Amino acid sequence: MRLKGNRMKSARSIQAGIAVKAPTGVIGFDEITGGGLPHGRTTLLGGGPGSGKTIFALQFLVHGARHCNEPGIFVAFEETPKRLVANFQTFGWKLAALQKQKLYFLDAHPTPDLIQSGTFDLSGMLAALGAKAKAMGARRIVFDAVDIVLALLPDQAAKRREIYRLHEWLLARELTGLITAKAGGDQESSLDPEPFGFMQFMVDCAVILNHSVVQGVSQRNLRVQKYRGSSFDEHESPFLIGKSGFEVAGARTLGHTYTGVINERVSSGVERLDTMLGGGYYRGASVLITGFPGTAKTTLSGAFAEASCRRGERTMFVSFDSDFAEVVRNLASVGIVLDRYVKNGRLRIISVRTITGNAETYLLRIKTYAKEHRACCVVIDPVSTLSSSASELTAHSVVERLIDWSKSEGITLVCTSLIDEMSSRTIGVSPLQISTLADTWIHLNYLAQAGERNRGLSIIKSRGTAHSNQVRELILSDAGVTLADIYTAGGEVLMGTLRWEKESAERASNEVAEIAGKLKRVSLDAEEAELQVRVKSLHTELVAKKVEKELLARTTQSRERELSRGRTRVRELRGADAAMAERR
Amino acid sequence: MSRRARLRFRLFVAGDTQNSAEAIANLSVFCGEYLPNRHEIEVVDVLRVPARAMKDSVFMTPTLVKLSPSPVRQIVGTLSDPYILLQVLGLRALAP
Repeated sequence: MRLKGNRMKSARSIQAGIAVKAPTGVIGFDEITGGGLPHGRTTLLGGGPGSGKTIFALQFLVHGARHCNEPGIFVAFEETPKRLVANFQTFGWKLAALQKQKLYFLDAHPTPDLIQSGTFDLSGMLAALGAKAKAMGARRIVFDAVDIVLALLPDQAAKRREIYRLHEWLLARELTGLITAKAGGDQESSLDPEPFGFMQFMVDCAVILNHSVVQGVSQRNLRVQKYRGSSFDEHESPFLIGKSGFEVAGARTLGHTYTGVINERVSSGVERLDTMLGGGYYRGASVLITGFPGTAKTTLSGAFAEASCRRGERTMFVSFDSDFAEVVRNLASVGIVLDRYVKNGRLRIISVRTITGNAETYLLRIKTYAKEHRACCVVIDPVSTLSSSASELTAHSVVERLIDWSKSEGITLVCTSLIDEMSSRTIGVSPLQISTLADTWIHLNYLAQAGERNRGLSIIKSRGTAHSNQVRELILSDAGVTLADIYTAGGEVLMGTLRWEKESAERASNEVAEIAGKLKRVSLDAEEAELQVRVKSLHTELVAKKVEKELLARTTQSRERELSRGRTRVRELRGADAAMAERR
Repeated sequence: MSRRARLRFRLFVAGDTQNSAEAIANLSVFCGEYLPNRHEIEVVDVLRVPARAMKDSVFMTPTLVKLSPSPVRQIVGTLSDPYILLQVLGLRALAP
C-alpha cells in the first residue's frame, strides 16, 4: 500500500520539475550539466577507488547548505564521519560550523565484527533518515559508497530490492539524492553490469569518474553518462582535486561571448616592435612567440611584462623553466629590471617547478593565481611544456582553453613556445597547434652566417593589425632589447658582425669624405689668409712709396729754391750781370 | 556462561516487512527451543520510533541486539541460521 503511494507521488514529481537543477558548486560541473544535478531526483556517481566520489558528493552538500539554503544529510557507509570531517578540513569548507544544523553525517558504516544471519533491508536506516530529514528540513542527501552495504546482501535480487527501495524513498521525499558507488578498476569507464547497471537505468542522472594513466601522466576525467530531460556535455572532461575541492575543467562552451573586442594597444616592451606591429599588441590578444632554444623568447616576454608593470598593470609571469630568482636575475642582465615590481606587488612571478601535476593542474593553477593576483597581463614561458605533461590531445585542449579563458577575462596573454631545433627546422610547426589560435605570432630564428649566429625576429601573423614584413635583428644588451635593421646586400641578409662591418664601412667612408672636405676648407682658409697678408704688405709698401715720392718732391723743390737763390747770390757777388738781370 | 543466565534481547524491525516478520518468527522459535524461560525480547519498530534507530545506530533491519549478559552483540538479518545465533550468543554447548 505504502509502495503504491510512493509510486504515484514519484510519477507526479517526474512530471513537475523537469528542468529544475540543484547546483553542485563544483567548478565546471554546473556548466557541463546546465545548472547541476536534477533537483528532487537521484543521481548515481560511479568511479574507481580514489577517483574523487566522496569529495564531489560532500562538496555538493556543502554548497547546498551554504549557498542554496538546502540542508543536507551525508550517509557514510565507508568512513566514519569523524574521519571524513578531518579529511576534508583542508578544503576550507567549515564543516564543523555547518554540522550544527545544515549538514548531518550519519555514520552507517558496518562494524567489522558485524554478524549476519539471513537477509536484511535498509528500512531501518530509511526510517531514521526520514525522521532526521524532516526534522532538519533536508533537501539533499548523499549515500556514499552504497556498494559497501549492498555487498552484504546475499543475492542479486536482494540488492535490486534495496536499490529500488532507496530510490523510491528518495523520490517520495523529493530529495535531491546522490548515490556513489565503486565501479570497475582504473581502466573502466562504465560501471559494472550488476547491480550498478540496474541503478544506472533507474536513476535520472549518471556521472562516471575515472582515473587513468596515459603515457605516465595521471589523468582524471568526468563524464556525464545520462541526464534525463536535460542536455549535457557528453564528452569526458578532465577534472582535478584542487585547494578548494573538486574542479572540472569545463569543456569549451560554444557560443561563449568574449567580454568585447578592444582596440586599445599595449606595448610589447620593445619600441621598434611596437612600430612593426602598428602600435603594439591588442589588449586582450593572445600572442605567441615561437623560437628555438636561446632565441630570446623569455627576454621578449620579459620586456612585455616590464612594460605592462610600468604602465601600472597587474602582471603575472609564469615560468616553467626557471626559479623566481633566476628569472629576475636573467632578465636584469639585459636591462629588464623586474624586482622593483615584484617588491611593490604589481608583478607576480610563479615558478611552475613548484607545481606538480598534469597540464590540467597547471591550467587550473594558472587561472587561480591570475584570479588571486587580479592580473590583466599574463606571460607563460614556455607554454610548450604543457605538451610534455599531457597527451597531445589534452595539451592542445588545455592551451585552447587557456586562450579562451584569457580572452573571456580580457587578459593580454603572451605565450612562448619552444620549437625543437632538431625535429622541425621549418617554422609553422608549432607543437601545440596554437599558432592557429594565437592572434599575433612572432617567430624568432637563428641566422647562422659568417661563423656566427644572430637572432632574427619576424612577425608571421598579427590579426587585425598592419604589420611589417621585415625581418629584424634582435639585439640584447645590458641596456635592453632593441631591434636593428638588417642589410640586404646582393640578395643576402646581413646580420651581426657582417651588418656591423657594413655599417662601420659606411661610417668610415663618410668620415673620409668629411675629413677631405675639412682639409680642403683649411687649405683654402690658409690661401685666403696668405693673400690677405700680401694685400696688407703691399698696401704698406704703397704707403711707403707715397711717402718716398712726397719726400722726393719736397727735396727737389727745396734744392731748386736753393739753386736759384744761389745763382742770385753769385750774380750779386759778380755784380756784372746785375744790369742784365735787372733788364730782364 | 552459566546455563541459568538470563538473556535480554532487543529486536529492531521495520514494520511488517517480510524480513522483519521472518526475524520475529525465527527468534521466537530459537528462544523457545534453546532458551526456554531464559530470555526477554523487546521489539522496536523503527518505522514508528525512528529516533530509536538513530540513537542505537541501527540502520539495517532486522537487527538483533543481545544486551546482556555482556558483551553486547549485534546480529543483522532474518536470523535464519540458528547455528550462527548459538555461536554468537556463546551457547555452542547447546548446539545439537
